[in-house]
Amino acid sequence: MNEMEIPGKLIAVEGLDGSGKSTQIHLLYQWLVGLGVKVFFSEWNSSGIVKGATRRGKKKHLLTPTTFSLIHATDFADRYERQILPMLKAGYIVLCDRYMFTSFARDGVRGCDPRWLRRMYGFAKRPDVVFYFRLPLEAALGRILDGRTQLKYFEAGMDIGLSPDIEESFTIFQGKVKEQYDTMIDEFGFHVVDATKPIPAQQEVVRTYIDDNMDLSGFRRRVVR
Amino acid sequence: MKNKKFYGHALPGMDPDTLSGMLVVIEGPDSSGRTTQIELLSGWLERMGYAVARVGLNRSKLVAPALAKAKEGNVLSPRTMSLFYATDFYDQLENTIIPALNAGYVVLSDRYIYTLMARDLVRGADSAWVESLYSMAIIPDAVYFLMASTKSLVERSLTVNLSLDYWESGMDIGISRDWYDSFVRYQRVLRSKYRDLQDKFGFEMLNANRSVKTIQRDLRGRIETVLREIYR
Repeated sequence: MNEMEIPGKLIAVEGLDGSGKSTQIHLLYQWLVGLGVKVFFSEWNSSGIVKGATRRGKKKHLLTPTTFSLIHATDFADRYERQILPMLKAGYIVLCDRYMFTSFARDGVRGCDPRWLRRMYGFAKRPDVVFYFRLPLEAALGRILDGRTQLKYFEAGMDIGLSPDIEESFTIFQGKVKEQYDTMIDEFGFHVVDATKPIPAQQEVVRTYIDDNMDLSGFRRRVVR
Repeated sequence: MKNKKFYGHALPGMDPDTLSGMLVVIEGPDSSGRTTQIELLSGWLERMGYAVARVGLNRSKLVAPALAKAKEGNVLSPRTMSLFYATDFYDQLENTIIPALNAGYVVLSDRYIYTLMARDLVRGADSAWVESLYSMAIIPDAVYFLMASTKSLVERSLTVNLSLDYWESGMDIGISRDWYDSFVRYQRVLRSKYRDLQDKFGFEMLNANRSVKTIQRDLRGRIETVLREIYR
């Protein structure tokens, strides 16, 4: 099926942990639902069947950069082929909290070959728009390190031995992830949102962009529930 | 010692120069007698003083249980299955094959990326995609493919298991509702994919329609040559 036959729209949000992207996509979802639009939400690393293996691997620290990457690709493929693509074909607006770019950034930092990663995810449709919630590293770190009680092993990049101290490892890892995201702005044409702005102001940017670029009337539900 | 190479780029954090052992792959469809031959080779090599490690598909600690469960329900798409199998493969490559090669073992692999690739190709995967996926696999020192006629595969499978395997019959693809018919047709397509792969990756084909003893003698003769090259 070529692009012409996919009537739905695919919107993804990307950004560092603590960038506030999940909040923004939640608000976007609420807005679209309120407008009576057919909308579906999908989250990174959430497919039921592969979740067991992911959890086991993470708990026992069995994962290498390659298998870490592959298991997330497996999870993604499962969600993509069973939900995301059918929804798009059925004319839904699909919202993704993280997409393949998360893998490009994190797995790239872990040493996976960038071309290998891009080919692996080559089967998936590129989003119609990617909102990149960008903020200075210190701000993102502050939000995570102040708020959450415990950092997770892989989240902090402890597996690649950046530092034995988990907070320091997290800091270095996030810095490298940010570099990867920043280089992808041009490569994939990310729409950059200033994540230091107040939440409603950021949401305004997102909604305006969508209003200007998509004809939402075409996505209304035919049957009112 | 001969340096090991990868099909594409090396695994992250991997130095191929440290791999001193020998990687031998026995390929072939189910019921072609692979396991029996590996069993015999393993004993023979150990008697000669070589340390042997055996690996196979779908044996990784990481995903094997989840894979088994997924196969039971047949709910995952072919693409998801491909990636799941690739995860299983790389887990074993990094956690079993590479450490064993580092320690100078002879690694006997009961199938390798070729079976995984052939299965994916039969199910419609793009060959460039599949090849890229497995591009970090180590190039084996030798690959022997046991080629048996479909008729003898059916017979052996029925004698041993009293039934045909759902996956080895390609029942998930829906070629035919008739189990026997599906097996025959699936194995035929698989064989043509193996042939394409043989052209590309150059493995040695062995006639498996011979006695266990004859095949074993054939294998040992070929392996001895490679052994001399690597452990000299």
